[in-house]
Amino acid sequence: MIPAALCAVVLFLVVYSGQAMIFNGLHFVTNINWNLGDLYSDPVTVNGISIPPGANYGILVFIVGTLASSGIAILIAVPLSIGAAICLAEAVPHRIRPVLSMLVELVAVVPSVVFGLWGIAVLIPFIGHYLSPTGNGYGLLAASIVLALMITPIIASTLLDALMQVPKENRESAFALGATHFEVVSKAMMPMVRTTLIGGIVLALGRALGETMAVLMVSGGGINILPTSLFSPISTIASFIVSQLDSAEADPTNMSVRTLSEIALVLFIITLAVNAAAKLLTSGALNVRKH
Amino acid sequence: MSASTSLKTPLTALELRRIIVSKLGWVGCGVALLLVIAPLLDIVGVVTINGLSAFSVQLFTKNTGGTTNGLLNAMEGTVVITICAMLIAVPIGIGAGIHLSEYGRGKLSNAIRFLSDVLTGTPSIVLGYFSYIVFIIGFGWGFSLAAAAITLAILIVPYLARITELALQQVPSSMREAAYALGATDATVVFKVVLPAASAGVITGTLLGLAISVGETAPLIYTAGWSDFTWTGQFTHSPVAYLTYVIWTFIDQPDAHSHALAYAAAFFVMLVVLAINISVRLVVKRQKFA
Repeated sequence: MIPAALCAVVLFLVVYSGQAMIFNGLHFVTNINWNLGDLYSDPVTVNGISIPPGANYGILVFIVGTLASSGIAILIAVPLSIGAAICLAEAVPHRIRPVLSMLVELVAVVPSVVFGLWGIAVLIPFIGHYLSPTGNGYGLLAASIVLALMITPIIASTLLDALMQVPKENRESAFALGATHFEVVSKAMMPMVRTTLIGGIVLALGRALGETMAVLMVSGGGINILPTSLFSPISTIASFIVSQLDSAEADPTNMSVRTLSEIALVLFIITLAVNAAAKLLTSGALNVRKH
Repeated sequence: MSASTSLKTPLTALELRRIIVSKLGWVGCGVALLLVIAPLLDIVGVVTINGLSAFSVQLFTKNTGGTTNGLLNAMEGTVVITICAMLIAVPIGIGAGIHLSEYGRGKLSNAIRFLSDVLTGTPSIVLGYFSYIVFIIGFGWGFSLAAAAITLAILIVPYLARITELALQQVPSSMREAAYALGATDATVVFKVVLPAASAGVITGTLLGLAISVGETAPLIYTAGWSDFTWTGQFTHSPVAYLTYVIWTFIDQPDAHSHALAYAAAFFVMLVVLAINISVRLVVKRQKFA
């Protein structure tokens, strides 16, 4: 059933977006304009494919938005989760460690729409008031911060598990050489878990790329313009698919629905590659540590 | 840390630097941990306070629509969608888990395992859009309960399969061998011996699946649609309401009452999700220590 479902997903997306792929060509990923065309005029026929007049589909803006928000989110999340994991593994008393690590894991299960709600209620006014020069909090920075919060627990719990598995002998020999406790952690333990850490980061990247609701709610939904600063409104691929549902349904030729499925396919392929990389890295990491 | 005693020579500049760097490092780690946990507490706090202050009997007795009404249709919709999704996902997920654990040694099973991990990582919006193309447009069901339930089931099955597999693998093989020695068939061994022994893990997986389906939004937007009325009893051709939609759309409305409804919906969703996850973790932890 599982392989069947996965193959069905790919197959239907490819079949359905076929016409859109032919019409859009390679301009699809380099064009920054997204224009549904005149939905109320009679459709025109281009290369044997019927489209609304003036329709023009380009997703460069959304690809850039996705990569930028996920990239900044990773930049924020990595130091946070390394710090949190080290703190949990080494500094926190044994009694309260389960409680704190459970709290960190719980961050990951909060539904993304609730993150979005919190973003609108707390984060957006904060950014708008203190940081943004225009007073508008919606945009790249807000999306990145929310994403960072959502992926931090993934990296932190992966790293925490790895740190707990570092052999006692390695720690003790580092102490015996006169290293301070922090040096033991940062210079003796962290290098041993580096591969696992990278695997966790890639896994988190996969999650960030596909995240939809929270980003949709705080990103400002910018289209047709590339982000120029941290406070520019953006759209990610995932959030754009949701926001286009209504307008796509109004298209009599169904071309925009087909193009959206091409976008979904692009997103699927990106996350597939990232997740496969994460899987290879984490399974490889275990082998390295056993030697 | 080097405690400075009278026996020791005064600290050199290098030692001093190392100690200061170490202290700063710990402070940084502590701050990081705080920054991770604080937003969670803030989210829970904000949602709880606003959700409780929006509390009224109307929430449970009236449908949405207008600004003075309740959440009856959304709550009912979420419950119905979740039940249907679980009805589809649980047999398939547990079946796949049993297969992977008991018979899963070949290349095919490794491929299934890899694909199910891939499916777990697939963005839910992609699955939602797939269902939109297949069920809504392809089969012509329109926004409907069936499409929503099947989409959520696709989302849950891989989780359930992997958790079931892990749970079954922890059952000692001596139990299986004992059952076989008594003359039990394959089916008897799996369903009467191994599955009961692993029931805690299987229930854990089911509950986590439940939490996922209550909290999901993106795949439902493209499959369930939205309706201001309670479920009509039809599986196709009739859109269903659900709680997460209320959170997403009502918070963008200008009036305070819509915001209150959004917070109330968020409160319910979060309550269910956190309650399930906390209880599952507590139970699992107790088992580990025992």
